[in-house]
Amino acid sequence: MSVKKITTPLNEDIVLSIKAGDPVYISGVIYTARDAAHKRMIEDYQNGKNLPFDLKGQIIYYVGPSPAKPGQIIGSAGPTTAIRMDPYTPKILEFGIKATIGKGGRGKEVVEVLKKFKAVYLVAVVGAAALISRSIKKVEIIAYEDLGTEAVRKLEVQDFPTICAIDAYGNNLFEKGVKEFGKL
Amino acid sequence: MKIIKYEKIVEEVKNMCIKATHELKDDVVNALKNAYEKEESPFGKEILSQILKNIEVAKEDNRPLCQDTGFAVLFVEIGEDVKIEGGSLKDALIEGIRKGYTEGYLRKSIVEDPLRRKNTGDNTPPVIHFDIVPGDKLKIVFEPKGGGSENMSAFKMLLPGEGKEGVKKFVIETVKKAGANPCPPIVVGVGIGGTFEYSAFLAKKATARPIGHRHPDPFYAQFEEELLEEINKLGIGPMGLGGRITALDVNIETYPCHITSLPVAVNIQCHSDRREEVIL
Repeated sequence: MSVKKITTPLNEDIVLSIKAGDPVYISGVIYTARDAAHKRMIEDYQNGKNLPFDLKGQIIYYVGPSPAKPGQIIGSAGPTTAIRMDPYTPKILEFGIKATIGKGGRGKEVVEVLKKFKAVYLVAVVGAAALISRSIKKVEIIAYEDLGTEAVRKLEVQDFPTICAIDAYGNNLFEKGVKEFGKL
Repeated sequence: MKIIKYEKIVEEVKNMCIKATHELKDDVVNALKNAYEKEESPFGKEILSQILKNIEVAKEDNRPLCQDTGFAVLFVEIGEDVKIEGGSLKDALIEGIRKGYTEGYLRKSIVEDPLRRKNTGDNTPPVIHFDIVPGDKLKIVFEPKGGGSENMSAFKMLLPGEGKEGVKKFVIETVKKAGANPCPPIVVGVGIGGTFEYSAFLAKKATARPIGHRHPDPFYAQFEEELLEEINKLGIGPMGLGGRITALDVNIETYPCHITSLPVAVNIQCHSDRREEVIL
């Protein structure tokens, strides 16, 4: 396992160099969005409105951070369950997103669209939210402020730690791991 | 008759919200350390080491352990000889949660209506389970319940004849289906018996029991250990990426039930097994 350090925005070469099981450290800008923000982005698109940011080559982090205390940049900011975003993922990848970060597995359809659009699914360590926050250097709410913790935030990160769980070739670390250790 | 002041309850509940979301109990920390020692998967080991490091970082940086600071669940036992002065017990509990989540900079994760989904802005209301007991004490257990693990809960009415094997099958199926989503290694709460709603309550109550505390009835204590062993054969592992340690513990709570029924509920708690307790 050699650590891959990547910087956003991502191009196809970078995405294709990432394999399931690789530790991936991200630097640059990433955007946050959960269920409510995904729903709204797609509604905005269908209504002919502009999307809140240019999604091409970008990364979406599924997170709803806790509020920052005085003097802090952000509160705790660990990943939320990715499968809830599955219904929106084909469209988001079509818009140009190259990686999503969450926790837990994804449905079969997402594995297929990751292959189709050449994108990856990364996982951040669940419940290690305080630790993850240390790699977040700047935060700015850029859209849907009324959604509170679910608003779209632009994060500047440095060596944000993830592991590639599903790569653009259809390899799925969840399946492989459970097969290896399962006895039932 | 013992008199407890409204303000005292508010203050205690507020402090519990902050403490429980920022630090784990020794039983949980020890269980995670033990899991780290036992885990064979390299990913699993790495994840457990980060989970353990997160406990330290949360302390050093004064941040909640997890961004999901949960739905506030309270188990309240009020002694028959306790009188609350200055307001009602329920109001005091709600106010304590409100203060804890706002003054403690905890995430507000509650929407006021399940379909229209507008956030209440202060993480109220809590879910409160009241019990009236003899004596002059007021016991409050606070469990901030994360959504990811809660969503993986399940309930089933088994046929009485399905018995222990049926319960085992359902628990294993539920944990298997939950996979990586409830943030393993998990604590599994199993409620057996009672009625439809009561078994779910028992399952929740079971998640609030400290890790390593066995059921007082040896039959169920043994069943808890059997379930734990079976669950850890599933291979789900820390964060679901494969490994030996899928669950830290399994706790069962039971209640008498109707001759025709065998209700079983499974409630899952994530590895950030947060709780706090106060006795006034």
